[in-house]
Amino acid sequence: MSLDAKIPQGPLAEKWSKHKFNLKLVNPSNKRKYDIIVVGTGLAGASAAASLAELGYNVKSFCFQDSPRRAHSIAAQGGINAAKNYQNDGDSVYRLFYDTIKGGDYRAREGNVYRLAEVSVNIIDQCVAQGVPFAREYGGLLDNRSFGGSQVSRTFYARGQTGQQLLLGAYSALNRQIHLGKVKMYTRTEMLDVVVVDGHAKGIVTRNLKTGEIETHAGHAVLLATGGYGNVFYLSTNAIGSNVTAAWRAHKRGAYFANPCYTQIHPTCIPVTGDHQSKLTLMSESLRNDGRVWAPKTVETAQKLQKKEIAASDVKEEDRDYFLERKYPSFGNLVPRDVASRNAKEMSDEGKGVGTTGLAVYLDFAEAIQRLGEDTVRAKYGNLFDMYLQITDENPYKQPMRIYPAVHYTMGGLWVDYNLSTNLPGLYAMGECNFSDHGANRLGASALMQGLSDGYFVIPYTLGDYLATIGPKKVDTSHPAFEQTKQDVIAYNNKLLSLKGNKTVVEYHRELGHIMWEYCGMARTEEGLTKAKALIKELKADFWKNAIVTGENEEVNAALERAGRVADFIELGELMVTDALTRRESCGGHFRLESQTEEGEALRDDENFAFVSAWEFTGENEEEVLHKEELIFENVKLTQRSYK
Amino acid sequence: MSGHMNLTLKVWRQKNTQTPGKFVTYKAENISPDMSFLEMLDVVNESLTRKNEEPIYFDHDCREGICGSCSLYINGHPHGPKKAITTCQLHMRTFSDGETITIEPWRSAAFPIVKDLATDRSAFDRIQQAGGYVSINTGGVPDANVIPIPKVIADEAFNSATCIGCGACVAACKNASAMLFTSAKITQLGLLPQGQPERYSRVQAMVAQMDQEGFGNCTNTGACEAECPKEITLNNIAFMNNDFFSAKLFREEHAHDHTGGE
Repeated sequence: MSLDAKIPQGPLAEKWSKHKFNLKLVNPSNKRKYDIIVVGTGLAGASAAASLAELGYNVKSFCFQDSPRRAHSIAAQGGINAAKNYQNDGDSVYRLFYDTIKGGDYRAREGNVYRLAEVSVNIIDQCVAQGVPFAREYGGLLDNRSFGGSQVSRTFYARGQTGQQLLLGAYSALNRQIHLGKVKMYTRTEMLDVVVVDGHAKGIVTRNLKTGEIETHAGHAVLLATGGYGNVFYLSTNAIGSNVTAAWRAHKRGAYFANPCYTQIHPTCIPVTGDHQSKLTLMSESLRNDGRVWAPKTVETAQKLQKKEIAASDVKEEDRDYFLERKYPSFGNLVPRDVASRNAKEMSDEGKGVGTTGLAVYLDFAEAIQRLGEDTVRAKYGNLFDMYLQITDENPYKQPMRIYPAVHYTMGGLWVDYNLSTNLPGLYAMGECNFSDHGANRLGASALMQGLSDGYFVIPYTLGDYLATIGPKKVDTSHPAFEQTKQDVIAYNNKLLSLKGNKTVVEYHRELGHIMWEYCGMARTEEGLTKAKALIKELKADFWKNAIVTGENEEVNAALERAGRVADFIELGELMVTDALTRRESCGGHFRLESQTEEGEALRDDENFAFVSAWEFTGENEEEVLHKEELIFENVKLTQRSYK
Repeated sequence: MSGHMNLTLKVWRQKNTQTPGKFVTYKAENISPDMSFLEMLDVVNESLTRKNEEPIYFDHDCREGICGSCSLYINGHPHGPKKAITTCQLHMRTFSDGETITIEPWRSAAFPIVKDLATDRSAFDRIQQAGGYVSINTGGVPDANVIPIPKVIADEAFNSATCIGCGACVAACKNASAMLFTSAKITQLGLLPQGQPERYSRVQAMVAQMDQEGFGNCTNTGACEAECPKEITLNNIAFMNNDFFSAKLFREEHAHDHTGGE
């Protein structure tokens, strides 16, 4: 099957407007004849459900949490990019487009990224109109700050809680449509499969997490907005419940999974301590506006710090290595995440890491506190400093934060075309669960932008084209495919519930995480990945023999929920490793040790790897089949990315 | 870093909404002071699972204090003894070796128990659905900088908007009142110019829904404010009452003239 991305022809700046004009429309009185299923209520899902309902479609919205407001978008801290150029500092749609393509290490589509930059300005308008309380200047206008990979201030924010405020905005729009009866909301309901009828997605199978009931739902289209798969690493900054199950089960029904190996390791997270942690906590990239990253110049000093013989403040200025400022003078501490992460790892690998484990570097605010005063620093970052204090019991106003990279975001996801349609007609993917806009590395403050762009401003246009094509003929669950898929789900759950071995599902998850972090994390090699693949296969076989899943289906059963998710993570983990093995180049967050420049930067191989990997599932325990979508660059010149 | 601890837990176990529950005692052993409270429960659940016993069910997700899922009533306090944090941010260093900790779900008729320590807080969603929004559609809105908003107003609106909808205010209140939760949204939108057109209809709709859900009234004890992990203040309730009375005393089109801009 050939992959047609359906990027419109014509000049970059005109693609989206022309495309919108060429898309078929559904007339207003016909819209109410269509039923749309939206899974997930984060930024992409909530904004899509609300916007489609406003247009007149009947929407069914699903989330596994107890309320749509709990989706993990809520935890995004730093901000959202938009090319408003309110700061008069040289920003433009083209510059945001360029920064994002470059930041993604030239592994994203030009057409998609330009559209993202183009609608970014509408997002801010929309959110302000909803009453989202963005930070403001004393004159009453909106404030901005800077984020990595850019030299302009284009990030809009609401203290360190931007995701929360944007999500509550989308949630409020969703609530209005629920009140009006245009959205029917299903909470504590987990999607476990897609129903495919004659090659088109026509519905889903869900489990009611309160009663265990397995139900079927029909719709003219199924929209997945189910987030990323960072929890494949066990430890990540994702919420505990974040999972790949909806996307993975769709993959197993025919939707291609694209670029699974592209994962984002965020440089500034609170380091791992011991083995008790259930998750890691991010310290927003916005902190790099004022915080300076450093490690001691010598291994001897680092060892003294590790043994707590001296404190960070005892290290003299001349004995500190502000390595990002030294190596990247133009971007300094605001280099993109992949670059900052690799450098922190390099310091630790050289023995210059700090903290008891030696797996950390400092993020220091002493200079900012001296320059701005403690009160100003508190006003900007107070909630982040408080979070740090709660977790580490150390006061970041008095001593530098210890930070280390952690898994944060996944650029890979379901393959979609320009219309956000997967290769399975009727099945769409939005937000982090698709692969579309960030290439091999996402820039800070771009995830919120993409989620809301997809939900508010792309899908309301592109979905209509498909719906107009298939027509408004009623769909219901009477087709035998619904009952068949339901029985498949019941059988699968029963198989999980029959596992009464000797090892908990959490132990398997942790083990998978170790494999992924060790061999498919910040540095990857042919040898390590090959080993990882064998280890994951063994782990999978062991899981289906020796895992323990307690309880029954007909009740609230967290063990069953977790087991299903971990089983899917194990399968996905293997595909990630396969993808990483196949991509014999470094790009963005995918760093193959065999492919680096003399200075240790990611070395791309554009000749052989300027494509999107889209993987096709061909059967249980079968190797997946690779399809390539060539990336065509008509506007930007592919160069070695430089932030020096 | 101090040594590991052994604790006794008295945990409310309840199979489902209909079945009566009871306290069950568990040992939590070899607990690191650096663990979060929920990680301590994870350890207990892992050992229950290994014995093929049913793990303790509780709501949780982000584990960084923002999603509002976690909701434990610990030693008589929602989210435990420390101020301005959620249960997931509470760390075991707060407790001492040998201590007995009592863990209950939120207690309110409007929050029926789903299982063990998890309650059904959908009443909060329904209050928001009644009017917690600005009635605009996607698209066709003015440029974001068309309406300047004084920084002090924007900051105050933000303070109200930080509510995470966890329900600690209801759990803390002897009347199980949801007025702090409801008033936070009313205040956020009531302070901002975008919220003015529906200001008085909103307060009436949301208060009516709040009453219908069976939450109690406010008697100014202030337990909600003391226990709120996001430090939402009682001023929000005052703001809501002010708008509610204006809406009731004057016809809606006149109410706008009587309360002014705050």
